[in-house]
Amino acid sequence: MLDNLKIIYHQGKQFIPDVTTAKVPGIFRGRPVISPEKVDEEKLIEVCPMKAILKNPIAIDLGKCSFCGECAQQFPEKIRFTTDYKITANERERLIVKEGDDIPIEVNPDTVRKEIRSVFGGSLKLRQVSAGGDNSCEWELNAANNVQFDMSRFGIEFVASPRHADGIVITGPITKNMAEAVQICYDAVPEPKIIVLVGTDAISGGIFADSKAIDRSFLDKYHIDLYIPGNPAHPLTIVNGLLDLIRKKK
Amino acid sequence: MNYTTVLNMQTITISMIPEISYETFFELNTVFITNHAERHCVNYFGYKIENHIKLICCIADDDKHEIYVSSCVVEANASLRSFSSIHLCFEKFEREIHENFGINYTGHPWLKPVRYAFNRFDLSKTIANYPFYSIDSEELHEVGVGPIHAGVIEPGHFRFICNGEQILHLEIQLGYQHRGIEQLFLEKKNLLQRTALAESIAGDTVVGHTTAFSHVWESLCDFKTTKDIEFARTIALELERIAIHTGDLSAVCADVAYQLGSSVFGRLRTPIINFMQEWGGNRLSKGLIRPGRNQFPFNQTLADRLKVVLDTFEPDFNEMCTQLFKLPSASSRFERTGVVSYEDVLSIGTVGLSARMSGLSRDIRISHPYSLYPEIKHEPIIKHHGDVYSRVQIRKSEVQQSIQYLRQLIENIPEYNQSEQLLKTPQPDSFAISLVEGWRGEICHCAITDAKGDLIIYKIKDPSFHNWLALAMAVRNNEISDFPICNKSFNLSYCGHDL
Repeated sequence: MLDNLKIIYHQGKQFIPDVTTAKVPGIFRGRPVISPEKVDEEKLIEVCPMKAILKNPIAIDLGKCSFCGECAQQFPEKIRFTTDYKITANERERLIVKEGDDIPIEVNPDTVRKEIRSVFGGSLKLRQVSAGGDNSCEWELNAANNVQFDMSRFGIEFVASPRHADGIVITGPITKNMAEAVQICYDAVPEPKIIVLVGTDAISGGIFADSKAIDRSFLDKYHIDLYIPGNPAHPLTIVNGLLDLIRKKK
Repeated sequence: MNYTTVLNMQTITISMIPEISYETFFELNTVFITNHAERHCVNYFGYKIENHIKLICCIADDDKHEIYVSSCVVEANASLRSFSSIHLCFEKFEREIHENFGINYTGHPWLKPVRYAFNRFDLSKTIANYPFYSIDSEELHEVGVGPIHAGVIEPGHFRFICNGEQILHLEIQLGYQHRGIEQLFLEKKNLLQRTALAESIAGDTVVGHTTAFSHVWESLCDFKTTKDIEFARTIALELERIAIHTGDLSAVCADVAYQLGSSVFGRLRTPIINFMQEWGGNRLSKGLIRPGRNQFPFNQTLADRLKVVLDTFEPDFNEMCTQLFKLPSASSRFERTGVVSYEDVLSIGTVGLSARMSGLSRDIRISHPYSLYPEIKHEPIIKHHGDVYSRVQIRKSEVQQSIQYLRQLIENIPEYNQSEQLLKTPQPDSFAISLVEGWRGEICHCAITDAKGDLIIYKIKDPSFHNWLALAMAVRNNEISDFPICNKSFNLSYCGHDL
């Protein structure tokens, strides 16, 4: 008993008091900023292994970006990654950061389905489905609920059964072999329900986008309520993104 | 000679691998392993050449630090005598060859599908219509779990046949995670894309797999790595080991309902992966390792930071471990639970932690050393009971050992080599092999190029490929309620297996 108390004492305070303003340590590649500087555009586009850099004007699609930072390293005068981890949106186009943009990426309250904030505003239970995810986003989703990020203090939790859930969180590019299971799981969630995509692989297929082993037809059938980019998404991105979706701004 | 001898990270021309008849091939490779616990099959795969299938088998000798490579060409519809009829450790490789090319094996115990690859031979067999093994009995019942599990983890199906609470048999069906990575390695021509693929093989072993890929690529391109590059890789490999082992200790505690242990180990993982972020900008080390480049040189400032991180991590980690292993309620769940005997691990051919738990010394860091491991003089941590307790003990001791190695390494940081040598294109008609000890065990990557130097096959083997069968054996005759701690104490990779 005393030993246990001693251990608890030695841990000190671990939780992050305010997850909306916490700073990430060291270098972190969050929301990019693209300067109007003139560079060899063809070469810049060529650098990106994910084909996430678009032309006219130069833009980065965070739904495709793997945040490897290669472009910023080779063209430091053109592209810079800030430590802003709030990069989630409920509209796919909002993930495209254009030349000169330096504004926060946010959920657009006008396009959030009405029932989401009224029903899930105080509590959101989610069923996670990994469909070809490489276990990195899954780790970070678990981390979002550890004692430091402690997402459950906001009433957001992962549950074991889709019957208990208010929506599904998909990671991975959705493999052919998992496509049916994803559908069954989604069907088992009672209405109203949401779909959240976490990580580059889930949002765009990532590096697997042209693989013959994946089947993304599920995503064409339904409205996606939230996109949480990252490779993997940082726990702070996940927590803030979900809060941004279900809560009204004060 | 019926075979050729290579070293870890060596490239040879493909014509140097003798092509022998299947009879000789069979004899050679089965005899290699007979009564030699130090020899094990690190990779055995096939690829199509016109209408034939070329089989390549790589047997590693841990005492001599060599790898014996032999090859054989067979017809696509051949019926061959199975290696597994002599040694079970080949069974997974033969199932894969059977699934991909339709080669039939005689004397194989169970030609069960491996992963339902999109380019498999028989497309009429699907993951949905697989007939699970079953036993007709009024006393027995079946429990099916997955592919979606209760926790936030990857998908896989477990089918238990139980006698009351006791597990009689566990069948594991994987393949849900199959993303066609090996094929994408051939299709994506850009080196950065291939590196991104290597980073996605298993998100919890980013450093391990990317290091293996880098070693293969650098060897193919005849690139001599500098000490600073290998130094960074060694540091990252050991940090990855600490982070995952600590996280797994947390998961094991959660599965025996020890909340304090779960929370403390869970939070202790954070400073380690946050350090990875301070260093390379990503908590899971994506973007850190690049072939032929030192992307994020490890400097004195980082070393000082790492020292602070380790100094605060170590006392808390040790205190929690001491408390955990003092608890009778935890020990009673760990001890004699999920036992796999030495004979079984040897026969299955497990690697890494899943071999060392039962007294079988398999550790690439000492047997086929790479990076800075020759200087470290690594000594593998071996336990003998093969139970959950042994696996948990190994994790604890390996974390402590890795901390010691890191402290030793950062005493002497090699200077960053500014002069960037250019990475040439891969040599034509070549075969390259690389072995790396990830935190789970031996990772093996093999590559073969054609006359133009283009990749024609890229073969990845995650340690989980061998070790899943050990989990199925471990739970036999255990209570079904002990399955979670057995599973977590192994923590095998689904995506690394399914590719």
